[in-house]
Amino acid sequence: MKEAVGAVEVPDAGERRIMMGNEAFARGIWEAGARVATAYPGTPSTEILQNLGTYPPEDVHAQWATNEKVALDVAIGAALAGVRAATAMKHVGLNVASDSLMSQSYMGVNAGLVLIVCDDPGIHSSQNEQDTRLFGRLAQVPVLEPSDAQEALDLTRLAFEISEEFDTPVIVRSTTRLSHTRSPVRLGERSKPPERSFVNDSVKNVALPAHARIRHPLVIEREARLGEYASSPELARVEKGTGGLGIVTLGSAYTYVKEVLPEASILKLGMPLPLPERALREFSDSVERVIVVEELEPVIEQAMCALGLAVEGKAFFPRTGEFSPERVRAGLQEAGVLEPRPEAVALPIDPLPRPPVLCAGCPHMSSYMAMRALGARVMGDIGCYTLAALEPLSAIDSCVAMGCSIGLAAGVAKAGTETRPIVATLGDSTFLHSGIPPLIDAVYNQADISVLILDNHTVAMTGGQDHAATGRTLRGEPTHRVDLEQLVRATGVEWVRKVDSYDIAALYHACRDATEYTGVAAVLSDRPCVLDPVKIQGPPFEVEAAGCTACQACMNLSCPAISWTAEIMDGRHKVEIDPIGCMGCSLCVQVCPSDCIRATANGANA
Amino acid sequence: MSASSRLSDRAIAPQATPTNVLVVGVGGQGVVMVSRVLAKLCERNGLDIKQSEVHGMAKRGGVVFSHVRFGERVYSPTIPEGEADIVLAMEWAEGLRWLPFLKRESGGLIADTQRIVPPFSCRNRKRGALHGYQTMGLEELEEVVARVVAVDATGVASEVGNRRAANTVLLGVLSSMLDFDPSEWREVVAEVVPPKTIEANLLGFERGREWALQETRAELPTPPEPERPTHAADRVELEIVEAWCKGCDICVKVCPERCLELNGSQVAVLRDPAACSGCRVCEWLCPDLAIHVRILPAQEEH
Repeated sequence: MKEAVGAVEVPDAGERRIMMGNEAFARGIWEAGARVATAYPGTPSTEILQNLGTYPPEDVHAQWATNEKVALDVAIGAALAGVRAATAMKHVGLNVASDSLMSQSYMGVNAGLVLIVCDDPGIHSSQNEQDTRLFGRLAQVPVLEPSDAQEALDLTRLAFEISEEFDTPVIVRSTTRLSHTRSPVRLGERSKPPERSFVNDSVKNVALPAHARIRHPLVIEREARLGEYASSPELARVEKGTGGLGIVTLGSAYTYVKEVLPEASILKLGMPLPLPERALREFSDSVERVIVVEELEPVIEQAMCALGLAVEGKAFFPRTGEFSPERVRAGLQEAGVLEPRPEAVALPIDPLPRPPVLCAGCPHMSSYMAMRALGARVMGDIGCYTLAALEPLSAIDSCVAMGCSIGLAAGVAKAGTETRPIVATLGDSTFLHSGIPPLIDAVYNQADISVLILDNHTVAMTGGQDHAATGRTLRGEPTHRVDLEQLVRATGVEWVRKVDSYDIAALYHACRDATEYTGVAAVLSDRPCVLDPVKIQGPPFEVEAAGCTACQACMNLSCPAISWTAEIMDGRHKVEIDPIGCMGCSLCVQVCPSDCIRATANGANA
Repeated sequence: MSASSRLSDRAIAPQATPTNVLVVGVGGQGVVMVSRVLAKLCERNGLDIKQSEVHGMAKRGGVVFSHVRFGERVYSPTIPEGEADIVLAMEWAEGLRWLPFLKRESGGLIADTQRIVPPFSCRNRKRGALHGYQTMGLEELEEVVARVVAVDATGVASEVGNRRAANTVLLGVLSSMLDFDPSEWREVVAEVVPPKTIEANLLGFERGREWALQETRAELPTPPEPERPTHAADRVELEIVEAWCKGCDICVKVCPERCLELNGSQVAVLRDPAACSGCRVCEWLCPDLAIHVRILPAQEEH
């Protein structure tokens, strides 16, 4: 088993360490004296809570939540009860948590409450690239934006102070680039925030219409004070350069501007929202031309336009994708600020396509082979298994967001237009995250669908975190283990079957029976992830070349351990199994029509 | 209350050009380990550093890369195109992918000659289909890159008794091109690798370093497979004898291309003739011998 993460050594204050952005956020939460921190894993935010789990348990409760809204609610509760609390999530996680954030903004906090929200410009590992600053504006809460690991730590600490001073939840916005870049950080002491306890104040703490009407004007007034605070020179730093050009920038974009145009005058915003109006006006007055360089949405640019300031920005820089030194250079060239560089001669390279694939032995392979064989209309969900939408499995017809599969399937069934069996497929952790209410809904409304729960006993996509059905906490300690089968039955599903994912025939038969059943039927496809919590490595299999007919039926599994040999039969390549990559799941043995895959000499499983 | 003073006193430092090393490979090869060694060396030497990678696909056989930039002051976490001093590639085709990042005049490519063929390259099941992994060899490469060091790191690692030490062999080669003390390299390697493998990894590091300092030239990496005649133009004909088919569904289930189906009278029919690759699985597995696959030569083109 993986070692329990338990507290290790906490680096001393004053030390200079090279830290990933996410480690620095964790350090900032710890240094701020936070006592409660909770999150649902989500790339690129996952390492924040994972890392916080290495700090002493007596300092901070670090725990995995079932979803982002629960995480925020737990943090709100802790803040109301008087201790500093934090939560971390990816940008789309804030969609889930936003319901609580919107009213929490009116209520304010007692002790500091900070949300670290990690955006994903460039969509490295997400379903969209929404800009969290827009959420900050909607919720009327401050948004801080660091540009390196040191600022990640400093601004996280500061966020707790702002939260308490202005009585508001605070968002610290990160991006994939910042979260996953290592750079030097000077560490500080853990602070001792003032001791507080729950304050009886129902107008503030109970979100009733009458109370909210009292609070809303206060929120608007708070926004104005925060905007003035955001204009302070520490948070709106002017770096005086040469020439009449002024660049307003923030976050990672700042580092790219410094890289390609170090001599420019820069206004670097540490807190873009509420808008630092005074600082923006003063900076505009001090230069002849202002260009805003911001990733994703033109939040600052449009706000400056609304202030009546002459400003340029998205005319030169894209609203989509991640910035880079090249993109910022190209934009500044288009703006006529930088001279175009001579075009380098293109290299004669045709990059090899290498898309991500499911792992060798991944139990999801057989589940989607069964879906293929059934000819089902499959509503997918968020997880590693979304890769089954691609060739060669091509077995997912739709995927929207976390926990959507069951609702989608119920909708397809109610539409009454589908002739194929309708199946929702989702992982164990996704089911716990947001799959339970739609399952109850499907049973309640008598939808004729099947639900295939891909139970691999971990949150695999984000690197193997624990959840409520693994029986272990974030710190690796034993805890109650949710029984998924009982949970499914408790929602009213009467037809439930649990099958070994490595038995394709049994899995196929279970799925076929489920789709023939009228009403909601559930199949649990059960096998641990081959990577986490332990890497599973059984004796490998091998192909008897003489028996292989090069039909390549095994290659439909999408197993990365199977590839072509140089030997040709009837114009097609025979196949071989990489003995290092193969972990011995036997799925290829089960699908091979010519029965030519055998256990290796040192393997006992045939 | 004031914002942390640290925010303000980190203003502009004198510009010094950072050293840029781009480490690339395939998920699971240890790209991140290699760049962590560089990060630790910089930490020891009090240098500014940014080391940037994107997680998530690292375990899934996808493209993995890590930007490492160090010097007096580093801003951008990613290396601008055309500004890498060194591209360290743990796989041949990955080295080629990232060549546009290399400095044209002076950049050096260190590339492991091993080839990891992705499943995507073996997807075309048509008769005579070519392998998707077709990349340029060392001689062509030397024409476009200032300096190429091609090393069979996996082979060297196997000689020292641990195939997985290939990345420390490459670190040994890299150490000959960067200005850090050799003893520091060894200490950091020992810190970063799993305790049980320290000995093999240090040996791998030494071999790599010696190899690079001797300037031995690597043997030409072998192409992934010989070229061969193509059958792509052949036509496939599938005959299903209706009278013999009892609709058992076996051929429909086993067809790798999913191009068969049962019609309204429960007889197997070829639903998608263009998808049929002529693999004969249905022919061989039909219990009633109802299917015949014929491969016909290409028709003359007019």
